Formats: sequence, structure tokens, C-alpha cells
Amino acid sequence: MALIELRDLGKIYHSGETEFAALRDVNLQIERGEFVAITGSSGSGKSTLMNILGCLDSPSKGSYLLADRDVAKQSRIELARVRNEFIGFVFQNFNLLARTSAAENVELPLIYAKVPPAERHRRAKEALERVGLAHRAGHHPSQLSGGQQQRVAIARALVTSPPLILADEPTGNLDSATSIEIMKLLTALQKSGMTIVFVTHEPDIAAYAGRKLLLKDGVVVSDERQKQPDLETT
Amino acid sequence: MISAGETLRLAARALRRNKLRSFLTALGIIIGVGAVIFMQSIGEGAKARVRDQIESAGTNIVMVFSGSSQGPGGRGGAGSQPSITWEDLRAIQTELSSVAAVAPQINSSQPVISETNTWNTQITGTTPDYFTIRNWPVSDGQMFTASDQASAAKNAVIGQTAAQNLFGPGVDPVGQIIRIRDAPFTIVGVLDTKGQNAMGQDQDDVVFIPMSAFQTRMQRGLGKFVPGRIFVSAVSPEAIPRARQEITTLLRERHRIAADQEDDFSTSTMAEMTSMLTSTQETVTLLLSSIALVSLVVGGIGVMNIMLVSVTERTREIGIRMAVGAQPADIMAQFLIEALVLAAIGGALGVLFGWGFGHLLAPRFGWSMETRGSIVIAALAVSAGVGIVFGIYPARKASRLDPIDALRYE
Repeated sequence: MALIELRDLGKIYHSGETEFAALRDVNLQIERGEFVAITGSSGSGKSTLMNILGCLDSPSKGSYLLADRDVAKQSRIELARVRNEFIGFVFQNFNLLARTSAAENVELPLIYAKVPPAERHRRAKEALERVGLAHRAGHHPSQLSGGQQQRVAIARALVTSPPLILADEPTGNLDSATSIEIMKLLTALQKSGMTIVFVTHEPDIAAYAGRKLLLKDGVVVSDERQKQPDLETT
Repeated sequence: MISAGETLRLAARALRRNKLRSFLTALGIIIGVGAVIFMQSIGEGAKARVRDQIESAGTNIVMVFSGSSQGPGGRGGAGSQPSITWEDLRAIQTELSSVAAVAPQINSSQPVISETNTWNTQITGTTPDYFTIRNWPVSDGQMFTASDQASAAKNAVIGQTAAQNLFGPGVDPVGQIIRIRDAPFTIVGVLDTKGQNAMGQDQDDVVFIPMSAFQTRMQRGLGKFVPGRIFVSAVSPEAIPRARQEITTLLRERHRIAADQEDDFSTSTMAEMTSMLTSTQETVTLLLSSIALVSLVVGGIGVMNIMLVSVTERTREIGIRMAVGAQPADIMAQFLIEALVLAAIGGALGVLFGWGFGHLLAPRFGWSMETRGSIVIAALAVSAGVGIVFGIYPARKASRLDPIDALRYE
């Protein structure tokens, strides 16, 4: 079974009398282990799609099966549980808690997963090691560079070992050298078996993905497989 | 939902992150609770003082007064119509098992002349038992004795105030001669300081002489009736009501009062006077405490205000927490517990503050402080309640945020 399966998914926003269809009849399957880039101009519906994929928002119609469970019509409480268990988020602006150490930021999802403190510390340390920041565990976000902050955010996303990592413009606030580092890190995570879906409007960032979706006016207009760059040689 | 301990940790960390703000917010509660504790303690202290003053009258006391006069001019005060005889007094002493001792107290205001001064004071005729009943020892010299009483000896025991005014400082009054109505009395003892009574009278401005001497010198002869009040001490505090009942029955019998007639005498106990005098105190305390309570509510509004600011300020944090899996209930609990901790810490500091402030001020103004445990517990409970009541709205607001909007909030 696919990890993600969208059927005739639509999202309509109402503003007074007028209706605006941000997404219409999206049909999409993403298998476990895929590395998918969602591209499109602004207003194409890619943010809406990300919010729905991330269970932060519910579709107006259609169904969304995530790991075989229908999450299209679930309550806020259920959706919070699904986010905690199945999804790790990486944001454009990192979204780390200020004045809170990197380790504590990474632990955050584990608190809500009711993992006991000792186990939490251990897993946060492991996650920071995976992103190469074990030596910065006690630093606050303000003491870290943009690239390091995004690594902490990635560590936070993978600390619960979720099947799906969603990244919304993960390199949007980073310079090109740091962007490449982050994309390499995400590629490495995918190689280790995680499913990663990210949004970008930069073609050279989208080039890291194994599959590229193009959205236009709320419809998927192209869905191409592509060869991932061989990172070992670059 | 995550555990209460975990939520408490989150709340404590958030409060520590903003120490000054947390303190200033708690200050509202500190002042409110402090004021309640302060007012209540001062009020309790004042009540205790009145109680002490009344109890300074003596222990286990029942007072017996002659009846009120009934005439064409209306009803007089208690004691205005002599009705209790010396025989009655002796009967109370000898016939009642609940009674330990009986003594008369007959007052007369007279000028007293020493070698150096003249002082208008109260001359009281009584018997040696009086000092036992009133729990009033001599500080210097000795009491007059039963034989002084029997021989109508012209010996006197004098209160501190009267001694000061008659002899001044540095003179030992014991052995001195004073003249009362031209009769020379030898001072044999000076009494301990007793202080003011519940009515504010100086109980130390007094000269005691034996009852027998009082009758011959002041009254010019023996009357049938006791021209004053009678102090009776019951055998124990528990025996006070029984003593009073027995005295009433005995006197009604002796005075041949029919069942449908009123007593021609009255009795009163210290408990009655205490409750009468402390009820005013209680009203004042209640009034002041309600004002203090208002300031506690204002403190609570301060907590709510800061929590609302905090929720707005931390919208992004709330969004992040929700994105990584916090339930609405987790967010609600986090902010509610923050408010609760703030109020509870404020309450605890307020108790210390009110107590400390009171103990600092009380000696300077001559107040007494008495802080009851029940008031402390009530103040803490109320401040915690204030935290919950004023924390619930901001916490609900936080828990209802939409995660997408919250994450986008700048």
C-alpha cells in the first residue's frame, strides 16, 4: 500500500460570498521511501496541499489515506495524534522555540508522545548526531547559524522516527552552499528509508528529488520521475 | 494528554524565562493575599487582646449583681436596687458545690492622702479571696489577711497606678501610711500590674482595704445588703454554667421568687462579655478583609492580562507545539497551570509578606498580630482559585488557535 493516497481531494476557501478552490480533484499516491518535490508558482495550491498532507488542515472533499488510515474527516484531537506519530515537519523559517536549547527543541515531539525523560534525552541526542550537531546540543537557536537551525529542525522532525517528513521550502531562508548541505542531509534520510515530501520553487533544489510534481491552479499538471543526483561523486 | 508533572515543568520553565514579568504579575496577588493576611491577623490580634483583657478580670468568674430598680421613673441599671444580702453571699460560698470562692467588691471613689500627694482613686472593700479569684498577686509586700478582715485592720493593698501617683518613683510604698477619710491605713502590699479592663479602665488605679474596714470607715455601719457586686469563681472553666445555674436557683429560693416572676438580681460570665465586645471587632475585620479581597481580585485581573499578552506573544510557539503533536488540551493545561503556578506562588509570598509586614508594623503601633492557620490556607486556596478563574479564558484562547495561522504568526 502507498503511504499517501489522495482521491479526488479538493479544498475550497470561502470568503464572504465568493468561493475559491485552492485544490481541485487531486489524485496522488506516494510510496514509502519516495523523495518528492512539489513545485508550482505562488497561488498554485502547493501550500494548501502541504497543510492537508501534514494534517494541519482538512480537505473540503475527497479522501486522504495516510498509512492506510483515513484522516480526511478526523477531529483536531485525532489529527494532533496523527501529526505526532506519523509526520515530522521542517519549515522554511525553522520554527524552533527561542531561548530553548537545541536538545530541548528536538525533544519537543517526544514530550507529546509521552516518552519518559531519560529516553527522550537519549533519542534527542541520537537525532542530533544524525544531523551532525551533537556538539551543539546545549546551544540556543540564536547561537546557531541558519543551516544549523534547520538541522536542529530536521532532527526534531525525525526524532519520533515518523514514516513521513514534510518540508515546506526547507532551503528558502538559506544561502546556496547551506541549501546543498540541507538537501544532502534530506537525501541521506531518504536513503535510510524515510519518505520525504518537500515544497520548493527553485528548480535546482527540486532536482534533488526522485519525483517532481507541478501544481497549477490547484491541479497537478505534471508528475515526473527523475534521476536523483549521485551525491557520492559530487 | 501529557501528564500533570510534565505540564508543570513546561509552565515553570516558561515563567522562569520571563522572571521580571512573572514577578510583577505575581506582585498583584502578593499584595492582595498579603493585605488579607495582614487585616485578618490584626483583627484576630485585636480580638485576642479584648479576650485577654476580659480574662484579666480573673479565671472562671461569674459575677452577681443586685437587681435593677423598678419604679415610676423607669428601670434602673443592674445593681441599682440592692437585693443581695450578706447572708446570700455566705450561702453561695457554703452551699454550692460548683463554687470555689466568693468575694464582694464594693467601690467608693475617694481622695487618698500620702505624705507627699493627694490622689483621687477608687477604694475597694473586699476579702482576701478576691485576689485569688481575680488571679492577682502582689509584686511587693503581702496581702491583707483573714485576720485583718476579722479585726477590721486598717491595712491596704495598693495598685501600681495609685502607688505611682501617691508616692512617685523611687519610693517603696510598703510600710507607708495613707489617709482615707481621715483614717490612717498602712500599706502592706503593692499589686502586680493588671492593665486596662475590657472597658478601657485602668485596673491598677485602686486601693484595696478589708471589707470590714470599708464598712466601718466608708459606709459607717453594716448594711443588710451588699452594696456592690459579687465575684464568684467556679471550680473549673467547665463548671461556669453550672455555677451560674446553681447561684440563680439558690438566690431565687432565698428571695422567694415565684416561678412566673423575674429574677431580682443578675449574673454574667466573661464568655458573654467576650462575645459582646469581639463582635464589633469582627465586623471591622470583615470589612477590611473584604477591601483586601478586592485587591486580590484586581491581582487576578493582572494575571489574566499577562496571560493574554503571553498567549499572543507565544502564538508561534503554540503553533509549533500543535504541529509536533500537542493536543488542544495540552496547550490549555500548559497555560492554565502557568496562571495557577503564578497565583499560587504569589499567594505563598503574599502570606509571608502580610505576616512579615504585620510583625514589622504591629509593635510600633501597639497592635497585636495573630495569624490563624485556617486563614493562611483559605488565602492560598483563594489565590489558586483566582489563578484558575482568570487563567481559564487565556488558556482556552490558546488551545483554540488554528495551527496553520499560529505557525504563520509574526
